[in-house]
Amino acid sequence: MPRRPVPAGAGRAPAHAPAPETPGPLPSRTPGVRDRLRARTDIRNLSLLGVLAALVAVGALTRPEQFLSVQNLQLVLTQASVIGVVTVGVTFVIIGGGIDLSVGAMVALATVWATTVATQEYGLGGILLCALLVGLGCGLVNGLLVAFGGMVPFIATLAMLAAARGLALQISQGGTQIVSVPSVLDLGRRDAYVLGIPPIVLVFAAVTVTGWLLLNRTTFGRRTVAVGGNPEAARLAGIDVRRQRLLLYLLSGLCCGIAAFLLIVLTGSGQNTNGNLYELDAIAAAIIGGTLLSGGRGTVTGSVLGVLVFTTITNLFALNNLETAVQQIAKGAIIVIAVLVQKGHTS
Amino acid sequence: MLFGAAAVSAGALLSACTSNQRGDAPAGATQQQAGGVDDRPGKKITIGFAGPQADHGWLNAINQNARNRAKRYRDVTLDITEGSNDTAQQIGQIETLINKRVDVLVVLPADGKALTQVGLKAMRAGIPVVNLDRVFASPQAYRCWIGGDNYGMGLNAGRYIGEQLKDKPDAKVVELAGIDTLELTRERTRGFDDALKNYPTIRKVGRQAAEFTVESGQAKMAGLLQAHPSFDALWNHDDDQGVGAERAIEQAGRDGFLMVGGAGSRRVMETIKAGNSVLKATVLYPPTMAASAVDLARALAQGRGLSGTAELEIPASVTLYSAVVTKDNVDDYLTTGFN
Repeated sequence: MPRRPVPAGAGRAPAHAPAPETPGPLPSRTPGVRDRLRARTDIRNLSLLGVLAALVAVGALTRPEQFLSVQNLQLVLTQASVIGVVTVGVTFVIIGGGIDLSVGAMVALATVWATTVATQEYGLGGILLCALLVGLGCGLVNGLLVAFGGMVPFIATLAMLAAARGLALQISQGGTQIVSVPSVLDLGRRDAYVLGIPPIVLVFAAVTVTGWLLLNRTTFGRRTVAVGGNPEAARLAGIDVRRQRLLLYLLSGLCCGIAAFLLIVLTGSGQNTNGNLYELDAIAAAIIGGTLLSGGRGTVTGSVLGVLVFTTITNLFALNNLETAVQQIAKGAIIVIAVLVQKGHTS
Repeated sequence: MLFGAAAVSAGALLSACTSNQRGDAPAGATQQQAGGVDDRPGKKITIGFAGPQADHGWLNAINQNARNRAKRYRDVTLDITEGSNDTAQQIGQIETLINKRVDVLVVLPADGKALTQVGLKAMRAGIPVVNLDRVFASPQAYRCWIGGDNYGMGLNAGRYIGEQLKDKPDAKVVELAGIDTLELTRERTRGFDDALKNYPTIRKVGRQAAEFTVESGQAKMAGLLQAHPSFDALWNHDDDQGVGAERAIEQAGRDGFLMVGGAGSRRVMETIKAGNSVLKATVLYPPTMAASAVDLARALAQGRGLSGTAELEIPASVTLYSAVVTKDNVDDYLTTGFN
């Protein structure tokens, strides 16, 4: 993968880079090291692909007619989409050396807020805009607390978790806000599929591709890796570390806003219990996807593969009518196996 | 706006209950005036109410029912604590109510077993406890228990489905259960399975546990639909997660089966009434139990009995009936539906 400067068109990165292209190369930029790192990353993803292939084989053997059907593929991808979009955002935060525990709560708050009656009067646009703004707003608070308030990310986002869930509970009064906007509900219907792909999945794909480009093809991506790998070195290299951190939490919040909108389309409602344990699922998916919890390394592809592994497992369980207890044991075992397999390749 | 409507209808529901429980009492009951819960004001009392955290439609309805019921009585002050799902926090809240020396306590414990000790403490302090729904581990920890019948819910859902499908050879049924770690979910499933045993031609082919949330309902139902290309009936334990389940059914474009819900939300009752979806019935788990608990607590504190029975004392336990609401009787129950 050649490394290029930011292409002019790829301005998806919030393009306020008044600090000119950093003069010196970023730390650990020797081509050799980079290439080896990259090869290692590819092997990680390959092994994860192997796990996924094994799961698909199990599915094909146990429930041949149902598992490999187009319908089921659509289902698995749809179920992966909401948590997938959240995971892409979380991956950036973790690579940048942070953590975001508030993603589930942000999703819940955004769905509740965006589906309250007044918002629905403005139709699809109102709901979408509201979900995105709530996500961005929460992300902004997280980012300010961490980057400029000097708070530990764990604590700042834990506080956001509590506050956002509380606010979601208060707004919804414990009830479920049913959506009655046809243009929103229609997005989840079969006749809205584009070439057989549900719109929700298309959004997930778009977020994944954008995330990949952002991480691998832009200054923003390189700065993220640098800040997460060695913030002091990044600062010396001329990177505005605080601004970068703020942007990462904003990005995570934005992803939660998008995920919230997808969840509204999927469930036709907003509820304060939405996004339950997303923080753990997203972090777990990123980790088994090869993202280093201490920051500085990770890939969008790996995280998305991690999400797909989890979703495929859940789908397999449902198809084979496994009990909840068995499901949880198996899920735990598969996480351990996936990580061990990767370790075997890398060490 | 929505909340305003909810409050109004909750008020309507309360007056409906009153007529059932009091006005309709058999004539014989008036003879034993020694007891008899009635509306006539008695001595002023304070009821301490330790409710759950209302993060679910039904739980919210519980708190609303208690509040609105207490407002009806001029002689009752309701001291309500902010609900919590955290056991330790709820224990603290109940101890505060004990220290305030309320006359009687109504407790819906987040976890019946874990809160038994604080129930005992209240009883020892001379404060009678009305245990609402989730049952304490020891009968010494409460004076009276009132709650729903989870086994009965499953039983009645199974019976209803059985009667609908009994003439169909090789009928298939699937179940979308609630939170599997909860005792109540296992009870509901046990009742359901027991009822289906009476119908040898009916087979339960699938069961998945969701989490009482819309999101989990959608995800698990989508999986069930994928796993079972055809079935004849679905029992969903909970109407809140049913919002998601119905959405999954709609998205998959599936019909040709009947669906039975659980708990009795207003939305589900309205859908049953409209009669244009797979949803044909729901099995009640009435949140009005909180209003009845306030009645019982008031009667206990004022030394009254219960009208309509020959007893001088309030019974030790009251189990509600899990009625099946269908298009035929939905109008009778619509007022008890919760949002």
